[in-house]
Amino acid sequence: MTPWYQDPVQFIAEWLRGVLLGWGMPPSGVELVLTVLGAGTIALLAMLWVVFLIWYERKLIGRIQDRFGPNRVGPWGIFQPIADMLKIFTKEYITPEGVDRVPYNLAPILAVASVLLIWAVIPFTMTVMGVNLNVGIVYIIASGGLGVLGIILAGWSSNNKYALLGGFRAVAQLVSYEVPMVVSLLIPVILAGSLGVNDIVMAQRIPYLLSAPVAALIFFITSMAETGRSPFDLTEAESEIVAGFNIEYSGLKFGMFYVAEFLHAFTVSLLFATLFLGGWRGPLAEQVPLLGFVYLVVKTFVVYFVVILFRGSLPRFRIDQMMDLNWKLLTPLALVSLVVSALVAKPLEEMPLAQTLALLVSNGIVLILFIEGTGKKVQRKREIVGKPRPLAVPHPEEQQPAQSTGG
Amino acid sequence: MIPLGWYLIFSALLFCVGLFGVLSRRNAIAILMGVELMLNAVNVNLLAFWRYLWAPKVDGQVFVAIVLVAAAAEVVVGLGLIISAYRRRNTVVADEMDMLKG
Amino acid sequence: MTGLQIAFLAIAAVTLASAVLVVSSRKIMHAALWLVLALGGIAALFATLEASFFAAVQVMVYIGAIAILIIFSVMLTRRVMEDTGPQNTRYWPAALVVSLGVFGGILFLFLQWPGFSVESRPGLEQGDLLVRFGQALVSPDEFVVPFEVASILLVAAMIGAMIIARDPSRK
Repeated sequence: MTPWYQDPVQFIAEWLRGVLLGWGMPPSGVELVLTVLGAGTIALLAMLWVVFLIWYERKLIGRIQDRFGPNRVGPWGIFQPIADMLKIFTKEYITPEGVDRVPYNLAPILAVASVLLIWAVIPFTMTVMGVNLNVGIVYIIASGGLGVLGIILAGWSSNNKYALLGGFRAVAQLVSYEVPMVVSLLIPVILAGSLGVNDIVMAQRIPYLLSAPVAALIFFITSMAETGRSPFDLTEAESEIVAGFNIEYSGLKFGMFYVAEFLHAFTVSLLFATLFLGGWRGPLAEQVPLLGFVYLVVKTFVVYFVVILFRGSLPRFRIDQMMDLNWKLLTPLALVSLVVSALVAKPLEEMPLAQTLALLVSNGIVLILFIEGTGKKVQRKREIVGKPRPLAVPHPEEQQPAQSTGG
Repeated sequence: MIPLGWYLIFSALLFCVGLFGVLSRRNAIAILMGVELMLNAVNVNLLAFWRYLWAPKVDGQVFVAIVLVAAAAEVVVGLGLIISAYRRRNTVVADEMDMLKG
Repeated sequence: MTGLQIAFLAIAAVTLASAVLVVSSRKIMHAALWLVLALGGIAALFATLEASFFAAVQVMVYIGAIAILIIFSVMLTRRVMEDTGPQNTRYWPAALVVSLGVFGGILFLFLQWPGFSVESRPGLEQGDLLVRFGQALVSPDEFVVPFEVASILLVAAMIGAMIIARDPSRK
């Protein structure tokens, strides 16, 4: 057995199992207790982690916008989210007239739960994962569907037209972007030959970013859209529909949506790192499982950094542009690259290095052909919808008196 | 272990609830929901038979997959028809969609 | 009574209750939300049948796509059927009689069938099962033809829905 400092989680689990068995608990009961404890720990740690993420993201966005970001509470403002959290805990719950109570209260819970569900199948080290589900990828997509449901419930049950509009937009966006996301997730699946997340990590001797760069790109863009943050934040566009589906929420219920958004952004980074950057794989990670966790965190933060850069530097899409990008570019590209990857990968299965190289080249060709061939055509022509109207020109008849008073 | 009969009774009940919905509802979307319940009852039945009587083979699962595909196609076309009828007639009540009546 | 049996009964009760609410609730939106719960319960039943792939696919296809489409069209058409009018036709007692009759018929047939009380399940290797399921779908000796027909059906449905649902006033 590995020493405790190399794999602390397994060590604690083994110790606890020994203690509970020593108390005369039946083995199935022990497994149940360990499962519940593990699930509780992962969920709790994920929620607490958000406190740090909010600070990190606000600080970084501040730097992008040439501000300091939070800098009052604690060193570098690091306790700012905790202060915010306390504030949000003590705020009043306001339930407007005419809301549909049960869906209204269920929506924030679904929003957080759908993100936390994904954490159950992510392998954090070689030995620590919630469940090694053999249909992990399908499970991840399914839990995304629950998140969409939460947003619809929020939008519809709030009895507010802006909330409903936000809900409509959210459904249109999330359901559409699920199509290329699912197709792009199939590429790592066919390369690894398994739907299990841990099997996909195990198969990545060379990270799939190299063998499936197009899939990685599509997955990155679509999962940005799934999280619903800038540049895809049409669902809560402040300047158009006030705040979208969560307009009627206050206090901790709003806080749940807020937490869900940040956690979702981090979770898709985690997924990207797991599926395309090799997850916990790295030098010595198989001997020292704890090292694998460090690798995973580092990779995730690299991706998360890019996610925040996107959020901080890109303006919001218009809704037709968002749909065009999805249906005219990402979906066909995902389908073509799926077919090309399958055709290229199969004959070279025995030679991983050659396979990666061939996949890289073929993916590059597909991408270039696509952007050259369709990119220009996909772009909608700018139409002039009206003549430019000069503003603040005085009416010709009123011009004379205006001048006289001015003089 | 759960007896096979429990699954069969459950799916028969679910099927009949769905059938009642299809027969009694006025809203076309609600009728579609009843159809969904019936298809799901069929799926439960197929998977139960597969698990108890056929298990190591996968034939039963293939049936379920085909039913899923058929259900998805049916819902897409059905909702498309309902939305289209709503656009033309401004109604989703099945009784009032009687343009073909002579 | 084992834990699995209790779990089955609980899930089945919740599913059936929400199915009844799907066909009886006055507000069509509530019916759609109960439908989501019923579909979720069926996914849980698939899990008790050790068909984890279908449990996940059930959530993905039925809840993630079909139920959301239904909710979406309920929201799009919501102003017509004000939630005050009758949701059921005048003939709903007849529908009830027909449904109960069908249930009675099915039950009668089942009770005569000797396999009704089978309790033992054959052994199952999960990982292996998924691989063989995938291979069966594309192997020419098994189900490749139905599989391809299903995909053609999906494409046809997609194109058909696009043509049907197009706004007739737009060119």
